[in-house]
Amino acid sequence: MSDSRSMSYQPKPGVFQPLMTEQRAQMLTRSSLSYWEDAWRRLKSNRRALISLYIVIGLLAFTVLGPLVWTIDPAAQDLDQISTPPGADRSATLVEPYRPWDGSSALPMAPGLRLAEPATTQAVRLLWDPLEGASAYRVYRNIFPMDPGDALGLPLAETFTAAETRFEDRLDLQPRTYYYTVVALDDHGHQLPARDTLEVSVERVVTVREAVSRGLVKAEDNPQPGDAVELALHPLGTDYLGRDMLARLMYGARVSLFIGICAPLLFVLFGTVYGSTAGFMGGRVDQGLMRFADFVIALPFLLFMILFKIAFGIGPGESGILPMVVAMVLLLWPATARLVRGQILQVREEGYVNAARLLGARTNYLVLRHMIPNTLGVILVTLTFAVPNAIFIEAFLSFIGMGVAPPTPSWGSMCNEGIKTMLTYPHELIFPAVMISITVLAFNLLGDGLRDALDAKMRSTE
Amino acid sequence: MWRYTLRRLIQGVITVWFIATATFMAMHAVPGDPLTSDKAVPAEIRANLEAKYGLDKPVFQQYLIYMGNLVRGDFGISFVQKNREVNDIIREHFPVSATLGILAIVFAGLGGVLWGALTALYRNRLPDVVIMFLVILGISVPSFVFAALGQLTLVNLNDLAGFSVLPVAGWGTVWHMLVPSLVLGLSTMAYLTRLMRSSMLEVVSSDFVRTARAKGLPPTRIFSKHQLRNAILPVITVLGPSIAAITTGGFVVELVFAIPGLGRYFVQAVQQLDYTVIMGTTVFYGAFLVLMVIIVDLLYGLIDPRMRLE
Amino acid sequence: MSDIANNQDDFTRSAGRQLAIFALSSIAGIALLMLGLSWASDLTSTGSGAGEAVDAATGTVTLVLNEEPPQLNSTKATDQVSMRVLGHVMEGLLRYDEDNRLVPGVAESWEIGPEEAVFHLREDARWSDGQPVTAHDFVFSWRTAVDPATASEYGFIMYAVKNAEAINRGELPVDALGVTAVDDRTLRVELERPIAYFDKLVAFVTYYPVREAFFEETGGRYGADADTLLYNGPFEITSWVHGASLRMEKNPHYWDQDRVHIQVLDHAYITQDPNAQLNLFKDGKIAYTTLTEENLNEALVQGWHLHRFMDGSVFFIEFNHREGRVTRNWHLRKAIQLALDPAELVYRVIKLPGYVPGESLFPIWLQGVESTLRQEYPAPTAQMDPEQARRHLAQAKQELGLAEIPPLVMLTGDNPISNKQSEYYQEQLKQVLGLDIRIDKQIFKQRLAKMTAGDFDLVLAGWGPDFDDPLTFGDLFASWNLNNRGRYDNPELDRWVRVAQSSTDPRARMDAFGEIQRIQFEDVVVLPNYERGIVYVEDPRIEGMVRRAVGPDPDFTNVRIVEGS
Repeated sequence: MSDSRSMSYQPKPGVFQPLMTEQRAQMLTRSSLSYWEDAWRRLKSNRRALISLYIVIGLLAFTVLGPLVWTIDPAAQDLDQISTPPGADRSATLVEPYRPWDGSSALPMAPGLRLAEPATTQAVRLLWDPLEGASAYRVYRNIFPMDPGDALGLPLAETFTAAETRFEDRLDLQPRTYYYTVVALDDHGHQLPARDTLEVSVERVVTVREAVSRGLVKAEDNPQPGDAVELALHPLGTDYLGRDMLARLMYGARVSLFIGICAPLLFVLFGTVYGSTAGFMGGRVDQGLMRFADFVIALPFLLFMILFKIAFGIGPGESGILPMVVAMVLLLWPATARLVRGQILQVREEGYVNAARLLGARTNYLVLRHMIPNTLGVILVTLTFAVPNAIFIEAFLSFIGMGVAPPTPSWGSMCNEGIKTMLTYPHELIFPAVMISITVLAFNLLGDGLRDALDAKMRSTE
Repeated sequence: MWRYTLRRLIQGVITVWFIATATFMAMHAVPGDPLTSDKAVPAEIRANLEAKYGLDKPVFQQYLIYMGNLVRGDFGISFVQKNREVNDIIREHFPVSATLGILAIVFAGLGGVLWGALTALYRNRLPDVVIMFLVILGISVPSFVFAALGQLTLVNLNDLAGFSVLPVAGWGTVWHMLVPSLVLGLSTMAYLTRLMRSSMLEVVSSDFVRTARAKGLPPTRIFSKHQLRNAILPVITVLGPSIAAITTGGFVVELVFAIPGLGRYFVQAVQQLDYTVIMGTTVFYGAFLVLMVIIVDLLYGLIDPRMRLE
Repeated sequence: MSDIANNQDDFTRSAGRQLAIFALSSIAGIALLMLGLSWASDLTSTGSGAGEAVDAATGTVTLVLNEEPPQLNSTKATDQVSMRVLGHVMEGLLRYDEDNRLVPGVAESWEIGPEEAVFHLREDARWSDGQPVTAHDFVFSWRTAVDPATASEYGFIMYAVKNAEAINRGELPVDALGVTAVDDRTLRVELERPIAYFDKLVAFVTYYPVREAFFEETGGRYGADADTLLYNGPFEITSWVHGASLRMEKNPHYWDQDRVHIQVLDHAYITQDPNAQLNLFKDGKIAYTTLTEENLNEALVQGWHLHRFMDGSVFFIEFNHREGRVTRNWHLRKAIQLALDPAELVYRVIKLPGYVPGESLFPIWLQGVESTLRQEYPAPTAQMDPEQARRHLAQAKQELGLAEIPPLVMLTGDNPISNKQSEYYQEQLKQVLGLDIRIDKQIFKQRLAKMTAGDFDLVLAGWGPDFDDPLTFGDLFASWNLNNRGRYDNPELDRWVRVAQSSTDPRARMDAFGEIQRIQFEDVVVLPNYERGIVYVEDPRIEGMVRRAVGPDPDFTNVRIVEGS
């Protein structure tokens, strides 16, 4: 109880306590999601995009970690296993090194066409008895028995005279059955009816020295000719120089993905800076900058890509990767610049930006807080779609022989090589082509997913 | 409208000048020159050749001469085909590329609309699944693989049929055009199919279609008058840019199918460093594309009032 | 519920019907469009609707050309395709027959002495417009070829004729050339020096006749199109659609009508793509194609009759012998020679029958005095020997005063075989000698420019014969030869080249070539890789196609169509 004068009442210390900050009542709202958290949540719910994301991560792992696991040198040439498809038989026998043949025969004499020595992949040595009326001979080799059409197969060689009745075949011998035919020729080199045929099974051999140097056998085991060995394993087969396909695919992935990711990253970055400058400055600067972008966009792209490629001139030992990236950056930035400029112009007019400005926000703050986050989604989507495009361009240029220089492998150049052997060794085309397809597909679907996740308005209806 | 057209045309001319200058500069940065020959020739003869082609003059003077000729529509003489004018080369080979390109665009456009509408109609049913799978293939497989496979298929088809159903390579008759232009239009067709499908699905759930249904319009009418017509609009918008992609993308198809188009010629000219042909082709293509873009933009204005520019 | 579903199905069905109508009208529209386009393209060019590979009824054989001839002016022709085409439509004073012997062409008879040669032209030699081929036509074309204003790459091949070189260098006027038309049917040639193979030279393309009056009429477009060219050979070009086709028909004015059995030689396709060629052949559209190694298997599966042929050219690694280049060091070159095995390259990497591992700069087909040059003068060869190679390398390092050999630049062209070869060599030299090889792959013209400028350590190069004499290879590394791009300079070799050039004694000349071959090997001027071979297949309905290392190849002039095979 107090009277009016008690207005001047000073509380005794300890009577009143300051209010505690209110104990937070139990909240039922969810934690507020940032733009990115929301996007990530939406992306996760898109199964296709998620799988694509995993594929992309897998591809990167294949590129970066693959060579650590599969340590075969992509440049090492296994000349005993050229263009071998996956899963081929790898057994071989050790032999002495090759020696020129003096024409002697180690096998029992037999009439007609015969082998002088057991047939190996090193050499098939043939002897034959003179044929009637021959002034010279031609030797054929086939992989099929003689057919009614009388196709004798590959013409291997002609002798100069009738006196030469022997021939040594070393041409691309594979462990399989061959059918050799010797045909008599007349004075003008025309074929006579007289001929002789022999079926030969060739055994795969490898010299002791080669086997030791390739690590197929250990030198301390004292390997002897006649021992059996297993040739090196190539899970995806080999290419036209006996190089391991898997190792080359990994190495090629580095090149293709480097070009495919680096070039878009750079030109999107440049385009973003360029476009946002134009959009932000506005007025004459904007006009001028965008007019220049229009010029660049009007250049016929592929023609200029090729022009630049040769103008930069790939020097000796260079792979030609950088010139390609530079050319792409020089030619592809305007699309991003246009897009970003448009986005900036749009965001600039948004209510929240105006509000921020009225509240006295500085330019820096506006750019960092509003402009960039609100264009980042669009940029990210552009980037994702630019990657498959860049990979395609690399593949296309390599296909017409304007791509990376040998021996650098890229998926495109591997396809280019593979397409030549499409009929005989399809694996040389299929593997790189499938890699390109998977990559392109994954980035495309990921791009779709990102677009849906980042911008509800841009949502595609699928 | 007329002022707009005029403005666009003037801009186009400046663009072409820019293209020509850029080509000229790129070309002269290339090491080596077209006069280098297989058999070494005495220095006197080389000097003669250089004088003939004006390569002995300073670069800037060469540039002025080139631009002067360009204004008169003269692209010069080929270095490799020593007696042929680049104008002749373009006149003879461009129609081939253009034919191929037009057909490919038509295939892509009509095919895209058809498949896209079909997939939207049978959403998540068998036709949709099958077509969308093919579309994914079309988008993700490189064009040269398609071209090679296309030719292989033709050979086997003819082999199987026992007579020549369709020619495997070459140019000259209607039948030669079919498969190459299909292959060329394939990836664009796949892209347009996707676009058409999502556009259709959007239209199906739009207010005016619901209204039309509520009014009790016959389904035939709703489909053709409302859905198809509106869904096609975005497809038409992207057709313009695809023209550029397809005309230059003809390289691979022309190489594989031995078609005497300008694209194949360009690749050969590059291998031979044939200055005048490279420059002529690039400038010509550039001018052609610029013109196409202008025409397409003007047409949009006519088709869609919303895009009409003042 | 079911009602709605029905409704939906109805809608789908009717929409589907409309789409079907749309599809049908699209197809009809496309068909119309295609017809219109093909009609329109007929207006601009004459597209020849090519027929089957062999058509006995019309006497037509259909073929493919690898490339389009750049132009068909014989005084300027340099490439294989132009020479092939010109060989069918033109004829020189002499020509090669179906057994590759030198036989009379426009010249009926001739005498070649040490100082001059006289050719007597046949009376019935005609141009395709019916006018006779005269000695003046040869005088005109030869003068044109050496005229510096023509700037012919093959001007040098006329240097056997008096004053040709001086004229070509611009030191003398064109009419100083030592060739005169005594009358319409007699051609007299003064020779610069005694020459053992002038008869072989005049069979070459550059020596073909050109009629002056016609040449002037074309206003500088001679040889650019079918109608700006006059023919005196077995065929004439009736249509040439650039980039697409080149059609030849039998020339009714050709003097030796009996030699030609077919009416039309239709080069209906122009493409380099081996797969396209294979497919065309498989489809029965062309009568002849060469095969790549990659396609051999397919050819065996198809049961085709394959042929092989050596085109006469030799391929080698050329070293840069210029001052300051490490490859100037003999030990380094020797080390590389001993580290490589051309047999492995040919048998394991190139894998085409017909290719022969290179042993010498002189290919095996060249004639010596009695048998072939290579049988009379066997080439010295080196066995691959890694141990010894490494010893030479160590010595090279010592002489050069280097701890390591710097990376070597290997210049190479842009074609499939060069690609394989350079990658193979790169790895081999790394494995055996630890050398770092940098491949410099360049397109044709840029490679030539770099070769001329000496911008390389090693270059993969090749050489094909221009005429049928070992000298076409023998003088390649003479110090004055501009095609000696490595600038090899050896007075001893030069001396032997001079002997081979000026002597007319066969034995002395062949001895000289033997010496050149020895120097090539011992001094490791170049490393021979292979002699090129070709595997090809022809339609079984034709016979009589001729292959040759020197002269127009392949030659279809004498081809006949065999019935019922």
